[in-house]
Amino acid sequence: MKVTIDQDKCVASGQCVTAAAEVFDQRDEDGIVVLLNANPPVELAADVRQAAVVCPALAITVDE
Amino acid sequence: MTDVLNPVGENSTDVPEYPMARAAGCPFDPPPELRTKQEAGPLAKVRLWDGSMPWLVTRYADQRALLADPRVSADITRPGYPSSAPIRPGSSSISFILMDDPEHARLRRMVTAPFTIKRVEAMRPTVQKIVDDLIDDVLAGPKPVDLVEAFALPVPSLVICQLLGVPYSDHDFFQENSKTIIKRDASPDDRTAALSRLAAYLDDLVGAKLENPGDDLLSRLAERVTAGKLSRQAAAQMGVLLLIAGHETTANMIALGTLALLENPDQLAVLRESDDPKLIAGAVEELLRYLHITHNGRRRVALEDIEIAGHVIRAGDGLIMPNDIGNRDPEAFPEPDRLDLTRDARHHVAFGFGVHQCLGQPLARMELQVVYGKLYRRIPTLRLAEDLSQIPFKHDGSVYGVYRLPVTW
Repeated sequence: MKVTIDQDKCVASGQCVTAAAEVFDQRDEDGIVVLLNANPPVELAADVRQAAVVCPALAITVDE
Repeated sequence: MTDVLNPVGENSTDVPEYPMARAAGCPFDPPPELRTKQEAGPLAKVRLWDGSMPWLVTRYADQRALLADPRVSADITRPGYPSSAPIRPGSSSISFILMDDPEHARLRRMVTAPFTIKRVEAMRPTVQKIVDDLIDDVLAGPKPVDLVEAFALPVPSLVICQLLGVPYSDHDFFQENSKTIIKRDASPDDRTAALSRLAAYLDDLVGAKLENPGDDLLSRLAERVTAGKLSRQAAAQMGVLLLIAGHETTANMIALGTLALLENPDQLAVLRESDDPKLIAGAVEELLRYLHITHNGRRRVALEDIEIAGHVIRAGDGLIMPNDIGNRDPEAFPEPDRLDLTRDARHHVAFGFGVHQCLGQPLARMELQVVYGKLYRRIPTLRLAEDLSQIPFKHDGSVYGVYRLPVTW
């Protein structure tokens, strides 16, 4: 699984952090998404997929 | 492609008015006419207060797709925008929620810091203390009590006041004006006057923060004013938006959610008998899905021709995406009219979708988790003190809920 993010699109909703805190974080100053792990292990796959689904700005891409 | 599935002509008198009325006796369900439209097809024309006829987008998947589509605009000043009320040029109600990028993103990013998951979690103990203290007061006071006044309104008001740096002692003033602004049938003059009073109040506060900054969001905005990145007027407008949005919505979720739970005792028991944070978080999502208290529909205008579900929406056409019917779409939520606190409802559109999705949602979720996780465990015999038929619902508000909720225990 390969994860990419688009910080320009991100609206700092934090929904990705709620879904998969091991993979996504937010910048302190404005909440913009930070990718902690671009190749998350298989046991996090479902959480990462959910993060992509609930992201309101469609800023997360997941390639399986 | 043509709009063959919607043979309603522009001059037809069959076009229903929007917003539509809920059915008597079904206070938690969307208006039946909305349901009929959803069953009939993905798009329908509706008539607004000014005679304009935007598209109603009825299905969850289409609502999400359009709300995230850069070919639609949230700019209220564009021709064709389906406004819910008359807006005057230069009105202090025009905030970044009614603008497009890049200006929307520039302004929104100025206020996102306090709403990160980490910062919101850091506020959880404060919110727990606020909730505990208010429950103590309720238990020590007379019964029955109006839960709206004693609990539902103070919780989010105290929280947003602290976050923004607004004195809570002014709550009568800002709650009264906020009430006028979100009343659907308030006259344009009354609404404008209430907005002006709040704008002047926030402008004074921003001025005070310029002199004496504190550890709050208005002080951070005042710093931007000093740095020349934000006008003082825009800072005050953002303050108005956050103050209203920060207390009205959550307050109504607390009161209406409690009423829905009292009417569904098996579901109330789920919350009363659990202290599992995951279960409580899931219950909050389901109540957000089920209650859809922002029932005025997300409003947009098409910037280009857009094909959706076999239809073409023309550039300049208005679009309304009501989350109440989106969250009850059986394609997205099986048995949508059943309140089921254990279902996976996380993908609901109660906070909208796309770049305008509610800024305060992490805070709202946390507040509701604390409230729903505490209130019914601490007052396990909580019950309505009047018949359901006596409860006054906010059919006339752009935020739905109850005006009062008399309870006893």
